[in-house]
Parts: sequence; structure tokens; C-alpha cells
Amino acid sequence: MNWSEFFFMNGYAFYVWGSYGVAVLVFGIEVLMVRHRRKITLRDLRLMRDETGEVGTGDAA
Amino acid sequence: MAINWFKYSAPSTFYGLAGKLIPFFAWPAAILFVIGLYIGFFVAPTDAVQSEAYRIIFLHVPASILSMFIYLIMAGYAALGLIFNTRLSSMMAQALAPTGALFAFVSLWSGALWGKPMWGAWWVWDARLTSELILLFLYLGYIALQASIEDPRRADRASALLAIVGSVNVPIIYFSVKWWNTLHQGSTIKFTGTSMHIAMQQAMFAVLAACWLYAIAVTLARVRSIILERERNTQWVSELREMKQ
Amino acid sequence: MRKLSLLGLLGLVIRRDLLLAMRRRADVLTTLIFFVMVVSLFPLGVGPEMDMLRKMASGVVWVAALLASMLSLPRMFSADYADGTLEQMMLAPQSLSVLVLGKIVAHWMLSGLPLALIAPVLGLQFDMSVPALWALVLALLLGTPVLSMIGAIGAALTLGLRGGGVLVSLLVLPLCIPVLIFGAGAVEAVNSGMSAVSNLSLLGAFMLFALVFTPFVAAQALRISME
Repeated sequence: MNWSEFFFMNGYAFYVWGSYGVAVLVFGIEVLMVRHRRKITLRDLRLMRDETGEVGTGDAA
Repeated sequence: MAINWFKYSAPSTFYGLAGKLIPFFAWPAAILFVIGLYIGFFVAPTDAVQSEAYRIIFLHVPASILSMFIYLIMAGYAALGLIFNTRLSSMMAQALAPTGALFAFVSLWSGALWGKPMWGAWWVWDARLTSELILLFLYLGYIALQASIEDPRRADRASALLAIVGSVNVPIIYFSVKWWNTLHQGSTIKFTGTSMHIAMQQAMFAVLAACWLYAIAVTLARVRSIILERERNTQWVSELREMKQ
Repeated sequence: MRKLSLLGLLGLVIRRDLLLAMRRRADVLTTLIFFVMVVSLFPLGVGPEMDMLRKMASGVVWVAALLASMLSLPRMFSADYADGTLEQMMLAPQSLSVLVLGKIVAHWMLSGLPLALIAPVLGLQFDMSVPALWALVLALLLGTPVLSMIGAIGAALTLGLRGGGVLVSLLVLPLCIPVLIFGAGAVEAVNSGMSAVSNLSLLGAFMLFALVFTPFVAAQALRISME
């Protein structure tokens, strides 16, 4: 089972790897976006806390 | 020992629970995805008709299933949030939407890339592909409405109503598109042409399970950020471990 | 002061909205002119061959009707929302759904009805046969109310939002696709010799289905937006 033949996909390489590649890319970006959003949210909360000195007096939004 | 289900419906406790659960969904998803692909590419035989191109089915079908079910689950959470006024349900609905939209996009993308070798055209107005495209529009409408309203409470309730109206329309749209397709083209084009070899089914289920686990993991992660954003003024957020660093 | 019956309220709201619209006649005409213009643009884009135009006539007219009714949707509630009468209306003892139904009917009479009446004239541009024109008018008469009803939900949801006009279309157009399919299909059926009864009956079914649910859902949407 040589790899070059495998990747060639009997001529359909572009289509098969095109769809899987894009899928992995899309879901990879989604994971990065979610982690990034978490980091940003936490950073903003800390900034807010340092600015106002105390967080946790108001009620939930 | 009565399990107090409502304990976890409070955003604060759910935040902790979701945090612990994410690895239990994320890692199995990755493992199952690899297993599914291994079976799909190495074990499953070459298809008589389409040789290797059919292997896109292991991605296309799960993505389509996910995009459809996530929309219904999203509408369910939205309805819960609207009826019981539970903020967490609305947050879950909001968290599910982007993942659902991405699955719809992947389904369309893989459908087009599969259509090219099989039918010779990037886009074929097949009933399923067309309904998938409309489903993507419904997702984008939901996300756009949610994003365009500042007040979180109104945003939740308005988009919830839209999701419910949308989910009522999904079957109507599907059947009218199917009717429209058979009138014009006669849906001689079938997706699952050859009967499924056992290895194909295994690969399909593995990738499907992987997609479900992935969707849950990503949604839980996103809902945690939403909880933080929405509950930033509360006491429990300020005492969070993450806030200490 | 005797309590206004529901039908009385319906008639009152419709009369009021029509009266208001007649004072600002331009708004009514813009929808109509937009519709005529969009339909007339297609032959310029596609080319003058009659058989091509005849084939795509129903689709062009229907898509233009869809876009034209989207155009006037934001105005359904925005004027009353701006000057506060919408709040008063919501405090009325009668059910909000009937009031919203009145607004939907008024909007339809200002957008859907004129489109249906002028469609045959545009049909001649596309050299449509007489039975096809009849099917087109009937389909439009059955289909445009559904556009107004579903549009009412979109208009209520996006009340007072900046960029509301485009957002309404984004929300409502996917939901109007079945109406487009069976509306254009009705004319298509007549062109290809079959009778359009099945399409028209389905359009009628959509209209009744929408008539039952949309006023209530739009009323809920108003309550959500007005909180």
C-alpha cells in the first residue's frame, strides 16, 4: 500500500481531499475561535475587575 | 437519592460541569474520527461505480444529519428558554447555532465536491442539496437576528421565536423542494446508490458519532464563554479560579 | 362607549392603516414601481428571444413579487412603533392577534393586491398566454397574503433595529420559498398544458395555515420586541 497511490485516490484526489481538507480546516478554525473567545472574555473580565476594583455586586445580565 | 436536575440548570453550576465534561467529549470525538477515516479509507472497498470519489460520503452524510438535527435541537432549547424563561437554555441555543451552520456549510461543500465527479457539475439542484442550502440560510438568519439585538433578553426571545417558526417550516420547505425537483428533473440522482458494504456502515457511524461528540464539545465550550459574558457582574464569576490569575 | 367587537377592531385597523397609507401615497407606489422595474429589467439582461422569456416569465414575476413585498415590510409596524401608538395598541383589551391580522391585511392590500392586479400587464411583456396570465393572477392572489403574514413575523421581530430592512428579508425569504415554488409552478403547469389546480390548492393551504398561526406568532413577536 504505497502512500502516493493512496493520496492519488484513483484520480479523485482533489475532490476527496478537497472536501475532507476543508472540513478539517473549518472545524479547526471553529475550535481556535472558541478558545480565542474564551481567552478574550476572561481577559475583559479581569480588566473590568481591576478597573472597578470589585466585581460581583450587580445581578446577572 | 433524588437527583436534583435543576441544580445544573443554573448557569454557575453548569459552567463547572461543562468545563469538566468537555475533555470527555473532545478526545473520544478525535479518536472516533480517526477510526472512522481509517475504516473508510483503508478497509472499505473501492466502489464499482464511482471508484474512490464515493469516500466523500463518510463526511457528507454525517454533516447533513448533524446540520439538520442541530437545528431542531437548537429550536428545542430556544423553545425551552422562551417557555420556562431559563437563561441557560437560550444560551445553549445561541451556542449551537454557529456549529450547526458550519456543519451545513461542510455538507454543502462536500456535496458539491462529490457532485462534480459523479454528476459532472459543481452544483446540482438536487432536493437535498437545495434544502441544505435553505437550512444554511435559516441558520444565518438566526445568527444575524441574535447578533443584531443588543439586549440579551430580547435577543434570546426573538431568535427563539424565529428558530421555532423556522423548524416548523423545515419539513414544508423540504417537501416543496422535493416536489419541485421531481417536477423539473425527476430525482433519478440518488445519493446512496450502491448498497452499503459493512465497512462503509461502520465508517459512517464512527464519523457520525465523532461529529456528534465534537458538536457537543464545541457547544459546551462556547456556552461557557457566553455564560461568562452574560454573568460578568455576578459574584460567582469574580470568585472563579480563572479570574485569579 | 360600547366595547368594540373583534371584527369591528379588524375593520378599524384596516381602515386606519389604509387611510394613513393613502396620505403618504408615494410608499404604495414605490412597491409597485419597484415590482414593474425589476420585472422589466430581466428581458434587458436575458435578451429579447420570446421563447426564452416565455419560459422564465413566471419565475421572474414571482421573484419580483417576493422582493417587492419584502421592501414594504419594515413599514408595517415602524411608523406606529416610532410615535408610540403601537404601545397603546398593545394595551387594547381586544386580542393583539386580531389587531396584527388587521395590519397584515392592510399591508397586503397595499403591496400584494396591487402586484396581483398589475401582473397580467407585465405578463404581456413576456408574451404569456391568457390561461397562464389567469393562473399567475390567481397564484399571486393566493400567495402574496402568505408573504405578508410571514413578513409580519419578521417585521415584528426586527422592530426598531438598525438595518432592520435587510434583516427582515434575510429572516423571511427562506420561509417564503414554498410559496415561490408553488406560485411559479402554477404558471409553469398551465404553460406545459397541465391544470394548475394542484399548485393553487397548495397555495391556498399555505394561506390558511399561515392565517391560523401567523397573527398569534407575530403578536408574540411584538410583545417580545416591545418589552
